[in-house]
Amino acid sequence: MILFELFWTFLLIGFVSFGGGYAMIPVIELEVINKGWMTTQQFTDVIAIAGMSPGPIATNSAIFVGYQVNGITGAIAAGLGMVIPSLLLVIIIATFFYKISKNKHVESAFYGLRPIITGLIGYAAIKFAVSNDLVGSFSWYSASLLIIFALSLFSLIKLRVHPALVIVMSGVLGAAIYS
Amino acid sequence: MKEETKKLFQLFWTFLKIGPVTFGGGYAMIPLIEREVVDKKKWVSHEDVTDVFAIAESIPGAIAINSSTFIGYRIAGISGAIAALLGVFLPTFLIVVVLSIVFLQIQDNPKIEAAFQAIRASIVALIVYAGYMIGKTAIIDKTTCVISFGSMAILFFLHLHPVLIIFLGIILGIVLVNLKRKLGFSVDGKKEKPSSPQQLEWFMGDGI
Repeated sequence: MILFELFWTFLLIGFVSFGGGYAMIPVIELEVINKGWMTTQQFTDVIAIAGMSPGPIATNSAIFVGYQVNGITGAIAAGLGMVIPSLLLVIIIATFFYKISKNKHVESAFYGLRPIITGLIGYAAIKFAVSNDLVGSFSWYSASLLIIFALSLFSLIKLRVHPALVIVMSGVLGAAIYS
Repeated sequence: MKEETKKLFQLFWTFLKIGPVTFGGGYAMIPLIEREVVDKKKWVSHEDVTDVFAIAESIPGAIAINSSTFIGYRIAGISGAIAALLGVFLPTFLIVVVLSIVFLQIQDNPKIEAAFQAIRASIVALIVYAGYMIGKTAIIDKTTCVISFGSMAILFFLHLHPVLIIFLGIILGIVLVNLKRKLGFSVDGKKEKPSSPQQLEWFMGDGI
């Protein structure tokens, strides 16, 4: 039953998974919290592991959530749920609407969809900042987290450091200063 | 029959090799797919592969998975699509499972716990970065700016389900573009991408 629930949850998410994965973070988070599978902080660690692994971030998160909920079979159920929509959509589109990307309505839809995706990602960022103590209360601890946040963002945008490397460097720094 | 099985296995194997390279969304594999499928194997033409990537970007799902499945389908139908999908999925699946096992084993170690306190702050930065990257192509005028911040406010205060908001965005886009055209405004529905995917090979967030 839990396997079917995992499969079904990620199948539905897979069908709306626009925007390269990061936009799906709040969607997946909402589902895993409502279902009582994990807390937001635990889910942040899922994103960390997903970001360190190769492969799409949304699919990786699904696999990790599945594994944590029900071991290897859970991982398979969640992972397949996430990729089967791709398979179905590709087959449908390849058969019927080959020129979909040139379709006028599709372009118009993206005019509205892209800013929504940006809003979703912004929402996820604020929510994660709050549940991981970056903002909300002032203490030296949260100030140090904000500095790490700023350094990471600077490395990503200005120095163009690979995201996986940012995660690893941040981990080394954290192990040095917080233990 | 034998020939077909061989082709399916070749598809599976080709995408199995490409799979682990797809860090962070899939743009990294575009040049790799081109080299393997167009130059080496000569399964599809250059124009075809460009079309495949354009479509892979605009449907839900990860670009890496969509484009592999699409190429598999073009080459060998539904079974080809499945072979390519399994090929690109399997290595990353195994890597994530191994990392999950390791993480669950060591997460209570004080050093690891300390490391993850800092990592969580970096993950917030990573999400902001993804939003910034996609925002550059998404927020192109006042309307899109309002939609973007409006959707954020709705998520916070009205607690609507994100999926509902995604569908709202699709409808809003079609309605607004038609309305603007009727009123005689010019609508530049698609802004040029700031840089080519090859330049930013781990480019994330811009998957639509």
